[in-house]
Amino acid sequence: MEQVEILVTGRHPQIMDTVLRLINQHGNWNASGALSDEVAIELFQQRAFRLVLLCSGISEESEKKLRALFTFQNPGIIIVQHYGGGSGLLTCEIQEALDKAAAKNKPVVQYKDGLL
Amino acid sequence: MTNTVLHKAATRGHANHGWLNSYHSFSFASYYNPERIHFGALRVLNDDTVTGGMGFGTHPHDNMEIISIPLEGDLEHKDSMGNTAVIRKGDVQVMSAGTGIYHSEYNKNKNEAAKFLQIWVYPNKKNVKPRYGQATLNKADRHNTLQTIISPNAKNELWIQQDAWFSMGNLDKDITVKYNLKKEGNGVYVFVLAGDITVNGQQLQTRDGFGIWNVQTLNIKADSPAEVLLMEVPMTIN
Repeated sequence: MEQVEILVTGRHPQIMDTVLRLINQHGNWNASGALSDEVAIELFQQRAFRLVLLCSGISEESEKKLRALFTFQNPGIIIVQHYGGGSGLLTCEIQEALDKAAAKNKPVVQYKDGLL
Repeated sequence: MTNTVLHKAATRGHANHGWLNSYHSFSFASYYNPERIHFGALRVLNDDTVTGGMGFGTHPHDNMEIISIPLEGDLEHKDSMGNTAVIRKGDVQVMSAGTGIYHSEYNKNKNEAAKFLQIWVYPNKKNVKPRYGQATLNKADRHNTLQTIISPNAKNELWIQQDAWFSMGNLDKDITVKYNLKKEGNGVYVFVLAGDITVNGQQLQTRDGFGIWNVQTLNIKADSPAEVLLMEVPMTIN
């Protein structure tokens, strides 16, 4: 299965550590963390991320800027707001976003009566 | 037209970690059901039993309104805001995790299990200053009526950062109570703590969950002595 690269950005160092540790426990997910906009942007330009997870402490202005920049550089990027700060919702938030993106990108096959 | 969703008790997610036996009404931790992610702003409803002396070690939270309602036993709480407290049956605890907090929760008694509901509601504002609140409620005030336990009113000790109202009722058999929704666009998730009730024609048993929206009034009839928790929440998340 393809490794999913995840960029986690937030402002709370201890929560960042916890979130990174939890994501990296998942066999097919690999997370990198950024505690500032500058580091997040730099990492995003260096690596091919599939998903960006926005954690706590990011101002509305920063969030707007990051969303616009990431989407401009990679229109297919998945951006997810993380809530809760730990193990409770993390897996579900990422899995749900990946499932939705996969469903969106799935080719639609139409069958005509009598052909099958 | 009124919309409803029924979650029978036996269909909830279940995780038994030995020290923690938890039933999840919505996807949580390793329980993932895309059909059951949330009911409006209500995201987590965990029905937890913690064995004596055990508990949740120090762990973080952010951007979530967290409500704990002990059902049996005592829980000892410590957090990074400097709060140390014991919450008991009859108490309600709220935490606005906001920009981030750390806390631990342990069963204070070595020889008895503690049972409690852990409820998470999405906040209507991100990155608020973390806050803790706790209060002991008078259970007599919910006998054959509905007692508001949580509201958005910051004048109360038990308030949360969301246009949400929680109410509890202890109803004798054949008593009917009415609940009028407090805000347009909200829905109510009814959770039966004990007994049998009928809500707007829907029969429910212990630990069943029933979400209802596009409705103004609930008629709740106790078909047996019953204890019920109503969670009125916005159906759209900011």
